[in-house]
Amino acid sequence: MRGYLPDFDVRVPASLGEALALLAQAPGTLTPLAGGTDLMVVYNAGRLKPTRFLDLSRIDELRGIREAAGAMTFGALSTFTDLRECAAVHRHFPNLVKSARATGALAIQNRGTLGGNIANASPAADTPPSLLAYGAEVELLSVRGSRRVAYDRFHLGYKVMDLAPDELVAAIHVPLPTGRGFHYFRKVGTRQAQAISKVCLAAWARVEGGVVADLRIGLGSVAPAPIRARHAEAVLLGQALATLPIEAAQAALLEDISPIGDIRATARYRSVVTRNVLGHMLRELATL
Amino acid sequence: MADRIDLTLKVNGADHRVSVPPFARLLDVLREDLRLTGTKEGCGEGECGACTVLLNGRVVNSCLVPAVQVQGAEVVTIEGLADGENLSSLQAAFLTHNGAQCGFCTPGMLLSATDLINRCPNPSDDQIRDGLSGNLCRCTGYAKILDSVHAAAADGGAAR
Repeated sequence: MRGYLPDFDVRVPASLGEALALLAQAPGTLTPLAGGTDLMVVYNAGRLKPTRFLDLSRIDELRGIREAAGAMTFGALSTFTDLRECAAVHRHFPNLVKSARATGALAIQNRGTLGGNIANASPAADTPPSLLAYGAEVELLSVRGSRRVAYDRFHLGYKVMDLAPDELVAAIHVPLPTGRGFHYFRKVGTRQAQAISKVCLAAWARVEGGVVADLRIGLGSVAPAPIRARHAEAVLLGQALATLPIEAAQAALLEDISPIGDIRATARYRSVVTRNVLGHMLRELATL
Repeated sequence: MADRIDLTLKVNGADHRVSVPPFARLLDVLREDLRLTGTKEGCGEGECGACTVLLNGRVVNSCLVPAVQVQGAEVVTIEGLADGENLSSLQAAFLTHNGAQCGFCTPGMLLSATDLINRCPNPSDDQIRDGLSGNLCRCTGYAKILDSVHAAAADGGAAR
């Protein structure tokens, strides 16, 4: 049974200033609502407690994808379709395009937003691994001002974020990769469309003189929140492509992940498959 | 207690004004307030695509869209694809090639196919599969749906 409709009120601010003022009035009592593709599912299942929403859909300041000063800025309301249709995103951030294509199907991609994918804080969301791989920063706004948080420090635990009750995820800044780059994205799900990830891995590396000069690996569905594979990264940094320590990196990866078993996969499956996907990624990197 | 909102929206070219709770689903506004029952509810969680409609020209799952977000919007439902008795080329192709069996997924399937052909007049098999990947059919095995979309595309395509 769905929720009881009169329990769900919606405030509709016409501007960003009004939205932030409403959030500041009674912090923690309003739930920002963007594309609704996660919240409406919980509502339809009857598992959403009575909620007052803050509808963001009329706030144009939160839209748009812009390139400036060596970075690309995504308004929090950028949809998965916006990512798929933006030529500059294809050029600089192929993993983000793959993440967007891997999320639901077209009807979801037309509505779901990058900001919502972050703030919903599902460990199984498919854009966070790519954002982690690209070193993204999240811009948070409140009436107190603006601050930026490195995305790899934003998720603090299961659905726990470095986000104050009066703050709004306003934009995502992603530095443009430089140098000889390697981009890798792999989602493992039951089928190609509409599947929720069992394992998701995104990586970006910069190669200089045949050596891994820079590397970030983002993982989904293998921890209480999206995470960086810092132990595996440490084993690989500075190594020559010709002699990548693949098995050592796979062993180190077990220090990074803490998968659970649920309806989608067992913990052991996730553990084995994450190691295998990392191995596949590294064998591709070795051929760069 | 949420106050009802006065919602104005254009559905299949006609203006409508209804009083609904702000979090009412577009699906229910269409089916219950506007009596447009061609749009179906399947899973209620954005997986099956039975409730697919076009919202401002884009396919959406109407079970996941709250009324408050469609103020002033334009919606096309299955009732808006034919011109009177004249079926759209896709509808006609679904008839000719048995693209519909039990028919429950068909309204959503046709809206997604209409959107696909509008964006991509001569789709490949893979493009059709991608365009319809959010619509589940439990009868046809999809082959006849692919045949139908190919036939409509060959017939000069689009919607109406």
